Amino acid sequence: MRSLVNAPKTARQGEIIEIKAMVAHPMETGYRTDAKGAPIPRNIVNRFTCTYDGEEIFSADFFPAISANPFLSFTTVATASGPITFTWTADDGATQTATVEITVT
Amino acid sequence: MTRGQRLSAWLLLAALAAPLALAGEIPRDQRRSGADFMAPETRAMQADDTANPAMLWVLEGDALWREPAGAAGQSCADCHGDTAESMRGVAARHPAFDEASGRPIDLQGRINQCRAERQSAEPFPPEDDRLLALTAYVARQSLGLPADPPDDPRLVPFQENGRHLFERRIGQLNLSCADCHDDHWGGRLGGAPIPQAHPTGYPLYRLEWQTLGSLQRRLRNCMTGVRAETPSFGAPDFVDLELYLMRRAEGLPLEAPGVRP
Repeated sequence: MRSLVNAPKTARQGEIIEIKAMVAHPMETGYRTDAKGAPIPRNIVNRFTCTYDGEEIFSADFFPAISANPFLSFTTVATASGPITFTWTADDGATQTATVEITVT
Repeated sequence: MTRGQRLSAWLLLAALAAPLALAGEIPRDQRRSGADFMAPETRAMQADDTANPAMLWVLEGDALWREPAGAAGQSCADCHGDTAESMRGVAARHPAFDEASGRPIDLQGRINQCRAERQSAEPFPPEDDRLLALTAYVARQSLGLPADPPDDPRLVPFQENGRHLFERRIGQLNLSCADCHDDHWGGRLGGAPIPQAHPTGYPLYRLEWQTLGSLQRRLRNCMTGVRAETPSFGAPDFVDLELYLMRRAEGLPLEAPGVRP
């Protein structure tokens, strides 16, 4: 898995900031068959969490109808300088983590 | 028939014939990228590097560029160094003439050739994610540069073959590329707008594909659409067609990796 995350590098205290997170994943639904007719097992990213300075600020459960390479964008209030950490967990147990640092003044 | 009647008969004939006349190649000042025909949301997705899913492949390509491969144990970066300099404009000048084969070669073909000959590594199969990633990464370095196909006289016969393929009617629907993309661009086919078919955004992320794909994949799609037989990936005809399309798009800014619906 490879991910692309974005948050402002700096923000003022109390400012509303936009966070964007995308992960490379085929999101195989489990409803498809391969060229020989055998079912392709489901393998989707089923959970996404985002923590800011150690505290969880956003999480989402994903389902098979969500597109490949899922993209999320959400907002939060800049409270303190610290790491914003993103974690994706897939059905096959694979996880992907990404971190961006934000400086709040 | 009086003279006036004869004149009006001619005018009627001319009016009937006008919509049937072939529009021919699109003049330079009317050339528009396929992105112009997209919904604003899709355009915004392409324009924003943090929302464009194709950037995942560009990131992957950046990593692959530095990774040693094959028996030679060399990475792309070992020879070519910093892509921002060495690869700037390269995508805008492909397909280019390849001395070794005496034929035009496209960017993907060039990457695979370098891989086989210089790195002594197994070439990537068509539509392989790693090949698409490297191609997208290299093409990205030409972002905004005008399509600038090389003025090489040796390319002319291949380009003419490409033009011939573009204008030849194929498939059960008996349509040529030109029937839609020269004569009816801006119109609609079913619910979808017909663009001018410029190859400036490839490899690109099609939302329909849910992944990145090459121009050849797109060409095969269109051929299947008119129920024609599709040449296999890497067929010389495809490269000739790519060469003609690039000439046809000359001057349009490159936007790879693009997003299309």
